[in-house]
Order: sequence, then structure tokens, then C-alpha cells
Amino acid sequence: MTEEVKTPAPQPPPEAAKTPAAEKPAVVAPAAPPKPAALAKPAGPVPGPWTSPLAEKYTKRFGSGVDPLTYLGQNYLSVDHSVVRDLLQLLREEDQFDYCVDITAVHYPKRERPFDVIWILYSFPRNERLRVKTQIADGEAVASSVPIWPTANWLEREVYDMFGITFEGHPDLKRILLPDGWKGHPLRKDYSILQQDKEWVQINLGIESGQ
Amino acid sequence: MNVPAKNGPQEAAKPSVSPLNIDRPEKPYLDSDELIINMGPQHPATHGVLRVILKLDGEKVLGTECVIGYLHRGVEKIAENRTYTMFNPYVDRMDYVAAVSNGLGYCEAVEKLLNVEAPARAKYIRVILTELNRIASHQLWLGTHALDIGAMTPLFYTFRDREEILKIFEKYCGARLTTHAFRIGGCQYETYAGFEKEVKNFIAFVRPKIDEYEALLTTNRIWLERTKNVGVISGADCIALGVTGPVLRASGVKWDLRKAQPYAAYADFEFDVPVGTNGDTYDRYLVRMVEMRQSLRIIEQAVNGIPEGPIMGKVPKVIKPPVGEIYHSIEAPKGELGYFIVSDGSTQPYRVRVRPPSFVNLQALDLMVRGMLVADVVAVIGTLDIVLGEVDR
Repeated sequence: MTEEVKTPAPQPPPEAAKTPAAEKPAVVAPAAPPKPAALAKPAGPVPGPWTSPLAEKYTKRFGSGVDPLTYLGQNYLSVDHSVVRDLLQLLREEDQFDYCVDITAVHYPKRERPFDVIWILYSFPRNERLRVKTQIADGEAVASSVPIWPTANWLEREVYDMFGITFEGHPDLKRILLPDGWKGHPLRKDYSILQQDKEWVQINLGIESGQ
Repeated sequence: MNVPAKNGPQEAAKPSVSPLNIDRPEKPYLDSDELIINMGPQHPATHGVLRVILKLDGEKVLGTECVIGYLHRGVEKIAENRTYTMFNPYVDRMDYVAAVSNGLGYCEAVEKLLNVEAPARAKYIRVILTELNRIASHQLWLGTHALDIGAMTPLFYTFRDREEILKIFEKYCGARLTTHAFRIGGCQYETYAGFEKEVKNFIAFVRPKIDEYEALLTTNRIWLERTKNVGVISGADCIALGVTGPVLRASGVKWDLRKAQPYAAYADFEFDVPVGTNGDTYDRYLVRMVEMRQSLRIIEQAVNGIPEGPIMGKVPKVIKPPVGEIYHSIEAPKGELGYFIVSDGSTQPYRVRVRPPSFVNLQALDLMVRGMLVADVVAVIGTLDIVLGEVDR
């Protein structure tokens, strides 16, 4: 079976333009040969509310600050940034989420609070995954989770390096993958893929441009 | 430490310029100051371009700092500028000694996002190739790790046998290392004629070879001296530091994603998860040796039970997942390899985050080498089994 690839049209990220129909997405490819015009938009499932003792516990505790959701069988808590520190602490101490798998971020430049910060957690005793997601404004700091999970050290440094999000209380917040003197945060959406810190390249590599 | 100055007889007799015309330092030569030395980025034992700054007291390591990023290619940024299908070969370039695992993780993550499933036959092919790749990755690890410690022979043995796996890859998909073996929705290629027989032959060929590796090392006195009680890490520390894979298992935590949250066709097979007790370099060696044998067991079951049927699922020609986000992870040879993908409903992923096991495991280096000797740093870097292409991405 061949896969045809459309050349990527440079398109701005549409902000949740589609309202997915509520039907099941089981049948995606129609029986008729799929013409480019008849591109069936996969009717996507929508995140639904997640009900579980754990979700209930935290909605009770933090009220509207916590919104438990589930999408494609994966559960996450969409939380207000003010409760993040307490919530993560409680998840670690009371609910045995002892392994912080990953910390990452997503940039939505058109949003009022343009950054999503995401913690992916796992609990060995429960064999369960959980994501915690919060929205923050540009320049706003997030509480560091290094005191909770030491592994957060490098993960937070990478988020800082790539997005410029600062973590309050991090023991040594500096760039990790890019050189120390680099300007700009490449995984922000306004940083073009060909963009480089020309000044850094000229000073340190002695060449006009890295392209 | 400063020696009390200006009251020793030597002090008075010391000429201002030495006879050899070397300016003598003010301090005596033998002092107990801490020494900072730089290891890498170009160093044969760092398995790539890793720079480690070591703080030493004589031969003893007081602390380390890793400087990484020399191989940073911005894989996650590239992903945002490619379609889902176009990004597929890029993931092979992260952990390039286990490219098949990378591809499996990525394809399964996108399939989850699309809410489709690969057909059973494709899943079996995936398992066979991924497990072959795990053996290849462990063989490469064993050869280079032993070489770092001073045992040269295993390198030749393991590379000779790894070649057989690469030949199977080459016959299957044309590439030896960066295989791009899988597609979103299944596999592109049907197995070639004689594939099953060749895989079975390989199993029969490599089983005694693993015994040979063990004969060279397991009871070798020098090997024991260099690996026992070196780089010890406890299970609790592993979990706190997010360390996964054979390193975690060697510390006594019986956790393998293939068992804990089975993906592909792993639920169909019987295999054991080896665990160590001491969490030292020797136990990690033993765990990986057993893992190779268990992989052979899985491959054997998969080849014998491979079902007939299609190898490609019902995937649209243009991959356009609905708006949403997904995290999917697999047990790569180095540990938990995860993909967090955000879709905005277009043909290009809005964000792809790779959770690289090598990157997270490398963070444990500092804890593991504190109080050890400089030579042990080399052993511990080897035992962590890092691939810098994946650390830096």
C-alpha cells in the first residue's frame, strides 16, 4: 500500500476551527476511492469528563480549579496554574504518582495565556498514567517540581531552553541543549525553523550563517 | 591546603627562578585541592559527543556536570514543519542503534491519535523486528561497554553477530540502521520469501553466541573487579530520577512496559522480565544478557504464530488526525520511549514531544559516580547505555 504525501502547505495553525461531530470515528476511510476532494475529515472524539474517585477527590478539594477530562482513554487534569504546586505535591504524596515521566509545553501564540505546561505522571503501584495540564501567560513562572521529583531537573531545563518558561525554585535553571549564550527559544511558534541566533554563530563559529 | 609559609629552610633556599627555568607555583606541588577536569566532548568512551566536567579529589569523583546538546538537530521543531508521514523517518535518527523501536513508538502514537489499529500480522512483524533490534542494540552496547572497560574481544564477537540482524533488516526494508521499517497504520512491506526461515536460523545461530559472550565475561575476574559495586543506584533513586529500562530493572524494580501496559502484540507472548538485586554495573550487565535471551523467546513465538492477513490498517491516504493530544510510550532497549503528540486537525503535527530514555537516564550519572574513581565514570557511562543522538535530539 502506498502512502501519498501532500507537500505541506505553509498554513497557520488553525485554532480549534473544527467542531468534531459526536459520532464514533470507527470508520474513517470510505469504501469509494478517496479522492483528494472527498477527504473525509475524521470525525474526532471530544474530550469527555473523567469520573473516578481520584478525579472526584481533586474536584472536591480544589473546586473549579481542576477539570478532570479523558480523551481516547487517557485521563488528564486540566488545572488552574495557581493550584499546580499543591496538586502535584498531593498526587505524589497521597496518590502514589511516584514517577514523573515527562514535563513539556506547547505554545499557542494566539491564546490569551499562550503556553500549556504538561506533566505526564505514572504511578508504579497503580499502573496508571495521568497528565496534568495548565495554561500560563508569557513570562509567568511555574513552580518547579524538582523537590517532588528530582527527574524534573533536566526536563524543566529543557522546557526553559525551548520555550523560555521559567520554573520558580529550580536549583540551576539554565539552557541544556542550546549553548548558554543563545538568544531565542526555538519551539515557540514565532521562531521560524530556519531562524538561528546569527550573532552567536558568527562569534562562536566564525562563519556568516549556519544555513 | 596551604603549607605554613616563610619559616621552612627550603623556603629561604628556593631560588626565584628554578634551574630549569620554570616558574614554580606559590603553592607546593602536592596539595589536596579539588581538581576540575574535562572529559569529552571528543572522547572515545563517551559514546558520542558528551562532555562531562568532573570535580575530583585525587582519583575520587566529587561531582559531575554533563554538558549536552552537541548533536541537537531540533527534531521536535522539524516535526512541526513536516506531515505525519514525512516525520516518520526522522525518528530513526534519534536512537540510531534502535531505529526500529523509535519507529514503532511513533507509528503507534499516531495510530492512537487516529484511533485506528494495525492488523494482527503487521503487529507480529513489528514485534519480530523490534525484538531483533533490541538484541542488536544490546549487542552493540555490550561490545562497546566491554571495550571501554578494557575487554576487547567481545566487541568483535558482538559486531560479527549483530551483522546477521542487520542483514535481515536490509533484506526486509533495504536499510541497515535507519530502517524506517513501519508506516502509520501497519507495515509497508510484506515479509520477503524465506523471512521466517532466516529469522529461525538466526535464533539458532545466536543462542550459543550469547553463551559465548557470557563465557568471556560473566566470571572473568577483571570484569568482576571493574563492574561489581560500581555505579550502584537503588530502585527508589531510579524511580525518583525517572530512570527506566534495564537500569531500573537491575535495581530490583520489576517493571517493563511490555508487561505493565502491553502494546503491539506483546500481550500474546510469554516472556520473563529479569531483575537484578544490587543495582550495580554487573547486575545491569546480567539483566541485559537475560533480556537478549528473552527477546529470542519472543521472536520465536512470534515467528511460529505469525497470522496471515493484511499488513496495513484502514488509514486514510492523507493522515489528518482529529484535534486532540495523546501520549504513547513503549519499552525501547534503553527504557521508556514516549511520544506526546498534539494535533490541530491539520496534516502536520502541532507539537511532537519525544520523551527520550537516554536523556533522562543520563541524569542519574552524577548520583552513580559520586565517590567512585575516574575510571568508573567510563564504566558507568557505558552501563547507562546512552545514545547521544537521542539525548540531544
